[in-house]
Amino acid sequence: MALNKLYTTCIQSSSFLKTFQNVFGVTQARNFFNYFPTTTMPVEGPTEKINMYQAINDALDIILKEDDTAMIFGEDVAFGGVFRCSVNLQEKYGQARVFNTPLCEQGIVGFGIGVAAVGSTAIAEIQFADYIFPAFDQIVNEAAKFRYRSGNQFNCGKLTIRAPCGAVGHGGLYHSQSPEAYFAHTPGLKVVVPRGPIHAKGLLLSCIRDPDPCIVLEPKVLYRAGVEDVPSNDYSLPLGKAEVLQEGDAVTLIGWGTQVHVLMEVAQLAKSKFNVDCEVIDLVSILPWDKDTICKSARKTRRVLIAHEAPMTSGFGAELAATIQEECFLQLEAPVTRVTGFDTPFPCIFEPFYLPDKWRCLQAIRNLLDY
Amino acid sequence: MVLSKNCASLLGRYFRNTLIPKTLSASYTSSQVHADVKLEWTQNLNFTGSSSLLIPSYRVLNQQGQIIKESEDPKLSDSVLEKMYKNMTLLNVIDKILYESQRQGRISFYMTNFGEEATHIGSAAALNEDDVVFGQYRETGVLLWRGFTLSELMDQCYGNCDDQGKGRQMPVHYGSKRLNFVTISSPLATQLPQAAGAAYALKGKNKIVICYFGEGAASEGDAHAAFNFAATLGCPVIFFCRNNGYAISTPSKEQYKGDGIAGRGPGYGINTLRVDGNDIFAVYNATKMAKEYAITENKPVLIEALTYRVGHHSTSDDSTKYRSVEEVQHWTATENPVNRLRLYLENKDLWNEDMEKQWHTESRKDILTAFDAAEKKSKPHWSELFNDVYQEIPDHIRKQMEEMQQHIEQYKDQYPIKAYSP
Repeated sequence: MALNKLYTTCIQSSSFLKTFQNVFGVTQARNFFNYFPTTTMPVEGPTEKINMYQAINDALDIILKEDDTAMIFGEDVAFGGVFRCSVNLQEKYGQARVFNTPLCEQGIVGFGIGVAAVGSTAIAEIQFADYIFPAFDQIVNEAAKFRYRSGNQFNCGKLTIRAPCGAVGHGGLYHSQSPEAYFAHTPGLKVVVPRGPIHAKGLLLSCIRDPDPCIVLEPKVLYRAGVEDVPSNDYSLPLGKAEVLQEGDAVTLIGWGTQVHVLMEVAQLAKSKFNVDCEVIDLVSILPWDKDTICKSARKTRRVLIAHEAPMTSGFGAELAATIQEECFLQLEAPVTRVTGFDTPFPCIFEPFYLPDKWRCLQAIRNLLDY
Repeated sequence: MVLSKNCASLLGRYFRNTLIPKTLSASYTSSQVHADVKLEWTQNLNFTGSSSLLIPSYRVLNQQGQIIKESEDPKLSDSVLEKMYKNMTLLNVIDKILYESQRQGRISFYMTNFGEEATHIGSAAALNEDDVVFGQYRETGVLLWRGFTLSELMDQCYGNCDDQGKGRQMPVHYGSKRLNFVTISSPLATQLPQAAGAAYALKGKNKIVICYFGEGAASEGDAHAAFNFAATLGCPVIFFCRNNGYAISTPSKEQYKGDGIAGRGPGYGINTLRVDGNDIFAVYNATKMAKEYAITENKPVLIEALTYRVGHHSTSDDSTKYRSVEEVQHWTATENPVNRLRLYLENKDLWNEDMEKQWHTESRKDILTAFDAAEKKSKPHWSELFNDVYQEIPDHIRKQMEEMQQHIEQYKDQYPIKAYSP
């Protein structure tokens, strides 16, 4: 019957399905940044050219292999996850260690706290950072305070929460948010944002092994955007440390996640258009954050631009700006400036206007130089 | 002090009662603390649980499109029957065209409704237009039944200047004040407690609220809150669960144990129905009865419609990774809700192959016309991104808008302003 045929075309026969693997972020991914791969190796040894979801998969594989208490769970994790980060892990390590949970974020995090509280390693996936809020109570009131309230009798440090965040080109209100500032306001948590495959693997391994509960916010647009030579061996990257990617003396540009790539390009534009050298810093770790590296750079360049996708008001840039003015007031030549998402929800069709793109950042540099 | 005096007198009464227990027993029993039903005592320890009776699934039409039990025929008029079938098949053609258009990169995202047509149309047909709908995201048929136009639908998927949502949300996040269909939000189950609240506020106004959700969403904490609130506060709401077998890749059997979503209803003290969701008359009869009960008793009803998500979860999903083609074929061939109604109509001489062909051509043409028109329309003016955060735009947002205006003037070649309304 015609109707069956109609169904069938939509389910199996379309040719694109053969090459179609990634679940989100395929179509119309607007090129709002150019990817700048990391080339410095955190460790020596063999490397493999892989993208970010593969690097995350690699880190999870290492942990499952070495730590037989480790378990990975969340919505749709069993078949590989909607972003493919847990692909093949259930086949390799079994259903008891890599499994689907019912669709309930507060359940996922609460369950993870319990797993960690009795000494096992819990790696919980929240499918989108936009959907982490039902778990807010478990994260903010429970995970973050578990050690403190018990006088250090109990802790849930073996809990790590992974969640894809950030702009993707067409995600709209609920597939684009960057909620790092909500969690940065909570003592007891650690929060990191990788900028690519090497960092995703090293930071995830550090977070899983860290004695405190951690949240890894993974910019979803980066899962496939860039390929790097990632060390095949086990390695970790320090939590709480920023990284100077490019040295300069004119303006310090601070970002994290995808925005680091925007700022790298902005630094090139500033060089070609204004003939100035900008210092680009990847903050890497939101909580705790690396005050020393940031303030050292601010004292050197005397001008600071902070850029993030999240809205401006109470975004994490506000914390950086407040500290920089407190620590470096006499050295500054201009007020610390922020280029951010606007104080609105993340709008689907207006994403090109909403993002703190290279042109808004470039103009902010001009204004800083002219101040 | 009043409080301690009250306590003292209650305690006094309690102790007196232990001496003369007969005096109050007629008007009060200890079980009244725990429930408003009579508690029975037992001296046998037995688990109550997985062996409990399963709730049967109500069915009116068999797979050959025949009424199984004559008394259950809703006896709908020919025009209603035709509208039902046309809406279901119109939805199929819309889905086909929009699905393919997403593949061609013309819209950014889409979710089809294949397999669940009877749950939409059967339930929508049993309600009035002023009954309020809180949907999840796969209930496009409900909108079509209420008269959402093809242009409204296409404009939303394109996020163009005529989209009532002003281009802010992803495709399929429809909403219509005119049709009492509250705008879709991507987070799951958030609509459930909202529906209970809306129903509470509408009590006595001769209308009800229907709230659609999936069996996956029913795992969220919000679902529990909604059921419990609706039951305790007496809300005239129909919780309509489309149990389509999958939450993206997660099959129902990994989503819950026990007797499905319907099995939870009695636990909350909610009158519950389970129906064959691929039988449009079963869905219609159940929804009609649920509404009558909700409105006369001011109480909620839970309906679990057993159906099947024939398409992928969305254009971002490839379901061949987690289910077999044979499984999908079984549901499209054997359990097809559209075919079942078509067979019924053909048995009654209300439909035939010629009418099918003519309708298919006509609907395809109408859809493509609306599609082309929507594609040609510009996006809303970019400054629409700043409106409606609040009713009045506050100063700090106005300032950001003005700065962006200035920035765009300076960098106009760097922004796609031509695609947006002047």
